[in-house]
Amino acid sequence: MLGLEKKDFTLLLIVAAMVVFAPFILNPFPEGSSLAQMFNAGYPDLMQRFAIFGILVIGFNILFGLTGYLSFGHAAFLGAGSYAAVWMFKLVGYDIIPAILLAILVSGLFSLLVGYVSLRRSGIYFSILTLALAQMMFNMAYSVLGNPSSGYNLTNGETGLQVYNSDPQIFLSATGQNFPNLLGFSMRSETHLLIGNWDFTLNAGYYLSGLLLLISFYISIRIFRSPFGLMLRAVKSNQQRLHYTGLNTRPYTLAAFVISGMYAGLAGGLLACMDPLAGAERMHWTASGEIVIMSILGGVGTLIGPILGAGFNEYFKNILSKINDSVLHEWMAFLPDGFENVMVTLIHPFVGKGWHLTLGLLFMAVIIFLPGGLVEGGQRIGKLFRRTKADKPSDETPAGKETE
Amino acid sequence: MGILEVKGVNKRFGGLQALGDVNLSVQENSVHAIIGPNGAGKSTLLNCLVGKLIPDTGSVMFDGQSVLGRKPYEINQMGISRVFQTPEIFGELSVMENMMIPCFAKRDGSFAMTAFAAVRNQKDIVEHAMQALEDMNMTDKRHMHSASLSRGDKRRLEIGMCLAQEPRLLLLDEPTAGMARADTNNTIDLLKEIRDKRDITIAIIEHDMHVVFSLAERITVLAQGRPLVEDTPENIKGHPKVREAYLGEAQV
Repeated sequence: MLGLEKKDFTLLLIVAAMVVFAPFILNPFPEGSSLAQMFNAGYPDLMQRFAIFGILVIGFNILFGLTGYLSFGHAAFLGAGSYAAVWMFKLVGYDIIPAILLAILVSGLFSLLVGYVSLRRSGIYFSILTLALAQMMFNMAYSVLGNPSSGYNLTNGETGLQVYNSDPQIFLSATGQNFPNLLGFSMRSETHLLIGNWDFTLNAGYYLSGLLLLISFYISIRIFRSPFGLMLRAVKSNQQRLHYTGLNTRPYTLAAFVISGMYAGLAGGLLACMDPLAGAERMHWTASGEIVIMSILGGVGTLIGPILGAGFNEYFKNILSKINDSVLHEWMAFLPDGFENVMVTLIHPFVGKGWHLTLGLLFMAVIIFLPGGLVEGGQRIGKLFRRTKADKPSDETPAGKETE
Repeated sequence: MGILEVKGVNKRFGGLQALGDVNLSVQENSVHAIIGPNGAGKSTLLNCLVGKLIPDTGSVMFDGQSVLGRKPYEINQMGISRVFQTPEIFGELSVMENMMIPCFAKRDGSFAMTAFAAVRNQKDIVEHAMQALEDMNMTDKRHMHSASLSRGDKRRLEIGMCLAQEPRLLLLDEPTAGMARADTNNTIDLLKEIRDKRDITIAIIEHDMHVVFSLAERITVLAQGRPLVEDTPENIKGHPKVREAYLGEAQV
């Protein structure tokens, strides 16, 4: 189906179902309950981030997962995409199609430049080069090109680039759309579905991001299964043999780099579509590091891993940062007073502003116990399940090992 | 005029004259061995042929065209394939996938952006790779992870991958180094079969005299970066200068 093997098509269907039903799946607790406040993730803002970061990491995985080249500067392309999209909003109007197209194009050009320079080296030197170039881009965006008084203000510095009433917006429609929209359909528009005590939000921006996630995922499957993908895996495995087999590795790695840069541009453009402003912090090296973490969390070089990793990371980041001391007190209320305070003090560093700590520990746990990421976790559970169900030997195919 | 003509090649590494005025002519469809004691410059010479090193002076012509200044992948596309001392294969890929890569290189050249077609739908490539595996008697191992093959099978796969490109010149760098006797004999048989069945020129660098004398038609002896003699195996065996420089007191 769609040029995919049965196994891959099933995977695509599963992801499609996840995307369509996410507003329901992620809202398991009825409205108003304290659990809902804490653990429900089915609100548009967060779901958009799931989808958009999913796209970003899927693209990153084409580079890192297949070729093994670890880029430490991918957030720069995300940021470049966002800036490009916001400029389109400022100059042309709130139509998202030109904005997204320009975002992809600009990020593609930047990644061509960065890739051309960095891919002359491999291993740690490649990572350092991408890191340095991305930090240069960050600093340019943050200060050099963002000085409001210089008359050459491309990024608006610390404040971040946003749309002002004085901007030309030459094609702004007469209907008075004042938010990014697809053919007049605002990204903010949403329908509330009230079922019992549950309130499900169906948001246009989320479903657009979700659709683009599906398309991105589909393209990534095709690339994984193509001769090009095979060559990229060969690059990771043995470059020497590839050179002596008459293949020039440089254009392969550069193509992979540009493709992943364009994915990042799409993600950056979408971020701007959901909230039309772009700040330099989006390009910071810690943001690049987060992309690496998401991809390792999910499972490097696997198809579904990037989506799981991005979702896991964004979910826990949101949940953990929402838990503050008063919430903790509420949870621990059943304990005697003294104990309650002790427990709250103990847990305090790990939640709220300390969410980095917990996420870091979770990351370490995954790396140590599941080097293959969440996908490996899933495979292990699946294997256990299969063994208990029927005592037959597993029918592993060799190709399935690296691309489950 | 041989298919490979090396003329007056010099290569220095600092104070060391690794190759001094090396001349070599490999005739088409022959097996030519290059032997010599450790440090004689055999590997340096080989690296000059495949583009890994560029000689200081001299010329290397393959089929009338200079290979100097070309990248390894360009030289390979001219028709020279190289087998390494330790088998260089794609350890993370399956045996079949390993075999497909040279087939793609043969069909599409050094780069092709076929990013949207499925590998399994490339019927000509699959067929070509299956044939190449069959030639190596490895069809039943095609689903195996190539890293899990035995040393001898890895060597067999590597040679098969080189042959799948249908090169005109096959360069072998000590193909039996570190192998058990049985594996060595298997490799010799394989190379004999290749020599007899295909239109191919083989140049082989080897330490093991047993391998050299059972395969080669011409032998060049290198010593301290200089060619000592070039002759048939029979004459090399008894050559006093060779005995002195390389074989020492050992019996051949």
